[in-house]
Amino acid sequence: MADRPEGNAAKGDNRPKLSLHVPEPKFRPGDTVDFSHIDVPEAGSMARPDEACDPGEMRDMAFGLVRVLGDDDKAHGPWDPKLDADTLRTMLGHMAMTRAFDERMFRGQRQGKTSFYMKCTGEEATSISASMALAGDDMVFPSYRQQGILIQRGYPMIEMINQIYSNKGDKLKGRQLPIMYSSREHSFFTISGNLATQTPQAVGWAMASAMKGDSRIAATWVGEGSTAEGDFHSACTFATVYNAPVILNVINNQWAISSFSGFAGAERTTFAARALGYGLAGLRVDGNDALACYAAEQWAANRARANAGPTLIEFFTYRAEGHSTSDDPSGYRSAQERDEWPLGDPVMRLKNHLIAIGEWDEERQEKMDLEAAEHVKKVTKEAEANGILGHGLHHPFRTMFEDVFEELPWHLKEQADQAVRERETKFPEGLPAKGVQG
Amino acid sequence: MSETETKDAPATEGSTERRLNMIEAINDALDVSMGRDADVVVMGEDVGYFGGVFRCTAGLQEKYGKTRVFDTPINECGIIAVAVGMGAYGLRPVPEIQFADYIYPGLDQLISEAARLRYRSAAEYIAPMTVRSPFGGGIFGGQTHSQSPEAIFTHVSGLKTVIPATPYDAKGLLISCIEDNDPVIFFEPKRIYNGPFSGYYDKPVQPWKKFDASVVPEGYYKIPLGKARQVTEGEQLTILAYGTMVHVVEAVCKEKGVEADILDLRTLVPLDIEAIEASVERTGRCLIVHEATRTSGFGAELSALVTERCFYHLEAPVERVTGFDTPYPHSLEWAYFPGPIRIGEAIDKILKD
Repeated sequence: MADRPEGNAAKGDNRPKLSLHVPEPKFRPGDTVDFSHIDVPEAGSMARPDEACDPGEMRDMAFGLVRVLGDDDKAHGPWDPKLDADTLRTMLGHMAMTRAFDERMFRGQRQGKTSFYMKCTGEEATSISASMALAGDDMVFPSYRQQGILIQRGYPMIEMINQIYSNKGDKLKGRQLPIMYSSREHSFFTISGNLATQTPQAVGWAMASAMKGDSRIAATWVGEGSTAEGDFHSACTFATVYNAPVILNVINNQWAISSFSGFAGAERTTFAARALGYGLAGLRVDGNDALACYAAEQWAANRARANAGPTLIEFFTYRAEGHSTSDDPSGYRSAQERDEWPLGDPVMRLKNHLIAIGEWDEERQEKMDLEAAEHVKKVTKEAEANGILGHGLHHPFRTMFEDVFEELPWHLKEQADQAVRERETKFPEGLPAKGVQG
Repeated sequence: MSETETKDAPATEGSTERRLNMIEAINDALDVSMGRDADVVVMGEDVGYFGGVFRCTAGLQEKYGKTRVFDTPINECGIIAVAVGMGAYGLRPVPEIQFADYIYPGLDQLISEAARLRYRSAAEYIAPMTVRSPFGGGIFGGQTHSQSPEAIFTHVSGLKTVIPATPYDAKGLLISCIEDNDPVIFFEPKRIYNGPFSGYYDKPVQPWKKFDASVVPEGYYKIPLGKARQVTEGEQLTILAYGTMVHVVEAVCKEKGVEADILDLRTLVPLDIEAIEASVERTGRCLIVHEATRTSGFGAELSALVTERCFYHLEAPVERVTGFDTPYPHSLEWAYFPGPIRIGEAIDKILKD
């Protein structure tokens, strides 16, 4: 029992006993899933506030759910972005490509070609549709599940795979955990493995853009679990203080590895409602509705670009697969959750919408999926020519010491020499080309 | 002055002899840097209109405007993080952390982010920021306004750590830091903001203006990072110090009549190992002095380096004089401070045989 100052012991005797609340998800492995407690408003039922409005005038947006695609697969209401069919097909194409990419890379990890992979299955719209609503040179500060942005922005897939394999083609020189991409050319910030650090950084970038009278805005993605980090509070505070042209996208996919969203506070309120205390505009959006995702990001982008302020968007979605290749979700949640998820699957819903408006059919979808899979397979083969993890075809040894600083200081020079000597001792005949992990 | 420094210092003609204290020299460095490069921005708690709690940023907001010199929320994580974002944009932020003791909420952003951006992105993104922060004790600041946390930062790959000991150096080093493309921790020894400190806290403080190191030329000059300053030359022993302690050891040696080769390291990372080796090889004895706590302090690194590299030249064990391994006590700060007695004893011990 914890120590209690004696003088106070008697006073406490008559008070009721306190108890600690430890959140517990509704369903565990084997449980029958019933999501009827989740309120899913009718598509098109939410009003669309003016993009420049005062955050106080749109408080209800943080508790509702912006939805465009209805059960009839048609677009409804004021949030319908009214995209033409070509744009919708492009969006669907990026989603199909991302899903095919995820499938192949996940399998590659299982085959021992790399150490780690993370799928974004079920969350494709939150990156692809949102990214499409931004300008290509708007700066994005992603978390680790936004591969859809790179695919949407036309980043060469071979660069992604080279990075995942940490091979000699990896332009990050094999230093980063797989999927921690970086592409300055595509205005895509280097992904950190530490959570939520990118959130206030995006605010700083946006502040700089505003300081310089630039027209580019910043957008950042963070998981609902990571909103518990202090960095998220820093981001919200700085964003509101300086009215930074930034969009804070919170991907509420319900799970942070094995911890459900309740451990980030979801039992009491929404993540969009975090915006209210800061005076940020807050939107809560059906993250499996590609049109709603696009429309919300576009609303926030227009707001930021007009100097009307930052926006926090909660994308309400579901992580359909494990956190990464390193966990088995069947160990902590009910397998029924994915099937019972009341907001469906984002790819299916967009596909069905295109079919419903007469712009698509199952045959074309099948062909698209097949072509995506073939493309990923072809690029994977090309990347494998550069090597896979642990098979010798990595960057020259000395590169390990580069980029710690702009110039190599004496102590790193000495350590680099040491490392090279060790290699020469281990491989006196020279490095083997393949098959040996050096 | 070392050769390198003389070379990098401006020609004396054309620069008036102007004496500044360290605060004014730092302010001048910021002014010069901001005047030369529109991408240099200054931010921090109270740095704007008010000009900083130590006045280091006084007048800068008025001169350069609110978008280049501005106050921030009391949120060190946020201050460093937005500086990372600004650096990624292409700015050269100079955030101030009001006291080094307050830097800890920003550590993840410094260690995992600023220090690693260049490496993890293969130089696509860099963090060209200089984090200025007053550090060290001797001002009755208690445990939260007195710490010397430099060793936390020297332990991090990708960070540079710079500590000036004179107004002249403060200006030249700070300009170098701001122009450096890597993140730099610039710790300002606040005990010597207004005048060098002999270690005798009961004697009156001498203002900087009485010392030649307060002659700070106008305009632009740089002191390169990674170059130590030869404070005094002597054959009896080498003393490695930085910040406030440079002046304390100088005063102690003078008082004791010891002829020491005192090196003001100025930059801890990258370290001027050549100057250290050359000196210790000549004197054969080495004393290391810092104000920070002892265990895993930067003195441990220096001691190891000297032992590894100069062992066969040593005639006595390397000695360290440091603060004690306690928090900085308010009322007993002079008992904590590595003052003349502790330093004097160590010198006697080294010179004994």
